Amino acid sequence: MLFYSFFKTLVGQPVVVELKNDLSIAGVLVSVDQFLNIKLDDIRVTDEKRFPHMMSVKNCFIRGSVVRYVQLPSAAVDTALLQDATRRENSAEK
Amino acid sequence: MDSFLPGAASLVDCVDKKLLVILRDGRKLIGWLRSYDQFANLVLQDTMERMYHGETYGEEYRGMFVVRGENVVLLGEVNEEKEAHHLRSLREVPSAEINAILKKEAEARKKMDLVTGKILHARGFCVDFAETDHY
Repeated sequence: MLFYSFFKTLVGQPVVVELKNDLSIAGVLVSVDQFLNIKLDDIRVTDEKRFPHMMSVKNCFIRGSVVRYVQLPSAAVDTALLQDATRRENSAEK
Repeated sequence: MDSFLPGAASLVDCVDKKLLVILRDGRKLIGWLRSYDQFANLVLQDTMERMYHGETYGEEYRGMFVVRGENVVLLGEVNEEKEAHHLRSLREVPSAEINAILKKEAEARKKMDLVTGKILHARGFCVDFAETDHY
């Protein structure tokens, strides 16, 4: 659940989601659930020539299982806090 | 509370809206979302399949769909204004015509993959000859 909680702290941030079919979508993170399904608003597709069908869409729901990467604004990520949370989650499991 | 089912919580507000659904095999379905569950299994009504090729597109009526969640890549709410604007920049052709082109292209790609696969295999690379869709 660590990554779910982590993504929840990023709601409202501009992110770029790259899918396994090489489609990458930039947008504002609206919501996320425990499968890491992602909802984006104000989307823009980096390669509109290759994916013209995305031009009629403004917001979208991406199934977590098809995501390859999520690019985050580095200013929004507190790595020290993330490290702490990782250790805490690890010790909680034992 | 924004949902009654934990999981695909955020699909609630897509119900009864016109959605563009992209499937793992690259198909684009446009229809009205009537139901869903935590796996993103979907029920789509009055679905059209839209095919694109270069500056052209084709549409075909498909009717009612139940899509198994694992095949869903993405769903987006269709903005009618943006859609009309976008389709005006393309030329509509009969769906059979565009389908034939896409099929031919897919076959050519498959043949090409097979050839490159054989070459790679001959040089000692591990090649999966089975059909793969990158997911």
